[in-house]
Amino acid sequence: MPSRIRGEECMARSDELLKDLGLDVDLHRRIFDAVDRNFRETVLAQKIRPARMAYFDGVVHEAHGGRVREIIERRAAGDKLIGTFCIYVPEEIVLALGAIPVALCGGTSLSIPYAEKLLPRDICPLVKSTVGLALSNTCPYSPIEDLAVGETTCDAKKKTWDLLAKNGDLYVIELPQKKGARDRDLWFEEVSQFKSRLERLTGRTLDPERLAGAVRLMNRKRRALARLNDFRKEANPPLSGLDALVVMQGALLDDAARFTQRLEALNDELEDRVRRGIGVASERAKRIMISGCPSVLGNWKLHALVESAGAIVVCDETCTGSRYYENLVEEDRSGLEARIAAIADRYLKIECSCFSPNDERIDSILRLAREHRVDGVVQYVLQYCHTYNVEAVAVAAALKDAGVPSLKVVTDYAESDTGQLRLRVDAFLEGLGR
Amino acid sequence: MRTDDVPAPDLFLGLDLGSRTTKIVELAAGAVVGFEVFDTTHDSIEQVRARLDRRDYVRAAATGYGRFLMNAHLDCRVVTEITACALGTRFVRPQAGLVIDIGGQDSKVILLGNGSGAFADFEMNDRCAAGTGRFLEVMARLLGFGIEEFGRAACEGGEMITLSSMCTVFAESEVISLLAAGRDRASIALGLHGSIADRVYPLAARFDVNGEVVMAGGVALNPCLVDLLSQRLGRPVVVPEHPQIVTAIGAALAASCCVPL
Repeated sequence: MPSRIRGEECMARSDELLKDLGLDVDLHRRIFDAVDRNFRETVLAQKIRPARMAYFDGVVHEAHGGRVREIIERRAAGDKLIGTFCIYVPEEIVLALGAIPVALCGGTSLSIPYAEKLLPRDICPLVKSTVGLALSNTCPYSPIEDLAVGETTCDAKKKTWDLLAKNGDLYVIELPQKKGARDRDLWFEEVSQFKSRLERLTGRTLDPERLAGAVRLMNRKRRALARLNDFRKEANPPLSGLDALVVMQGALLDDAARFTQRLEALNDELEDRVRRGIGVASERAKRIMISGCPSVLGNWKLHALVESAGAIVVCDETCTGSRYYENLVEEDRSGLEARIAAIADRYLKIECSCFSPNDERIDSILRLAREHRVDGVVQYVLQYCHTYNVEAVAVAAALKDAGVPSLKVVTDYAESDTGQLRLRVDAFLEGLGR
Repeated sequence: MRTDDVPAPDLFLGLDLGSRTTKIVELAAGAVVGFEVFDTTHDSIEQVRARLDRRDYVRAAATGYGRFLMNAHLDCRVVTEITACALGTRFVRPQAGLVIDIGGQDSKVILLGNGSGAFADFEMNDRCAAGTGRFLEVMARLLGFGIEEFGRAACEGGEMITLSSMCTVFAESEVISLLAAGRDRASIALGLHGSIADRVYPLAARFDVNGEVVMAGGVALNPCLVDLLSQRLGRPVVVPEHPQIVTAIGAALAASCCVPL
């Protein structure tokens, strides 16, 4: 995969490939030229970036190019592409069966009108953007996807899966709503059934040793992401919140082994930068945690806004942040069933607001706020995401008790509210500046 | 000694570039010595530049939606209207604990901090014009009232006709239906004011307030809304003498360097 941005040739320019896949090339250009411009004006416009971020820029750059081509090659060799929409899908099982997990969540507002042909307007932009990419015939993964894996984390998704199941192969994992003993049993059962479904799809039997290998790989990947985030605890972090987000977005898209190697190399560079005292923030920059909804590929809106206002995002308590890399799968279990149970245990520790109660999430936010020495927390709620929106009340109260100021912003992918968001963020930072 | 030899006190300017009106406040020796309010036009920079050129001032600070535009073209500081409104409110009402600022296209509720004059917390309305000055303007015109008489007329309403929508567009068709049904326009006006109060009340009620509740912004000149908010909150809502320039006063204070920014 090329590791640098080549001039004007960006994400939108793989016309040959897109044409071969039968996509709407003109519409693709219209949507992804805008995504590219956004990427250039936010991420690439930053100064003093680590040199090894170039690889991760390349992951974004090749999302609709090189990455698709290599997946086409692997499919020709018999491997399967698994589209996912949530970090609850156990990647270890997918990888152990030689399949390729790729997150297909949409982060652009421009595909949303194509979803609204089918879906109501008042559901979250992430679901609409995702569905819009599929329905507008602009997602290069749709034609080569062997199985899409949905899950029951919210009502909009559940009912969307019902609609989409009519168009193609879609498997839905049921997530429990609580974390009691019965729920654990249900979840273990669901993970086991998912394994069986993938075995049928791939025509392969899950081998305990290959599963152990996939667990080790994913643990290594999560440790590398955790180490990256440790550098964000530094007094003057060696990378911006935007760059950390780009790495996280890549984690959900790129080949796990290659990604991990490149990330470890980036971590070495960051360690060196810390040793030499090279940071990206000004002395006065306020340290901000973003907590709540994910910012998936194409969505750099809030991070760019916060950092262009002079602050630095030092922690993401989101699905494109700590929820993805915290907690490892226990490695020293033997036997297939025990290994699957260890995987199920790890995934059930993810603290999504779809669980009731979800007090562990508040404990994690307070812990991360201490570890990253944050000056304030911005609670990020995608419009119509009821669970994060309502849970924000309890999170704000807990933060207040802990003496950490917080600001909730509810927004979608459109630029129309930039002025109001800017005012809120600027005022919040002024309040921290006293 | 001739009076000419006494140097004039340093002059600081606060510019509040709102979506509907622009406010300029002159501050000298810790007192407001002049102010101007005029409609914001498409050529905001020239409007303000012409007025600035006439004055001999030390420093200006801009706030409001046009703050970055000013900052890009004129030599001035930038401060958010949240901080500016808090500073201005504390300046005109030292006992203030909370300020409700309903502007042309948004409404804010700001909890003031202890002592320094900066804010402790704030809440804002959603992104649309519901419950803002713009909503009042549209509805006043629809009912045939001037904006200045709208609040007074609403106070005369015999009953409060409940309106189901706060959306400027939907409320407009609802009001037209009520007029067509022969309902009293003062009572409709009272109902419209009631729906704004219902919208602002929960924002204000989220805070524990120590001190006066103050209302700032042009909409504070509307006596009906002030009364309704006082009733809802169960305490008097205090309106300073020139509520529409409170935020510009705060910007002038920020320009005078008395606050760390």
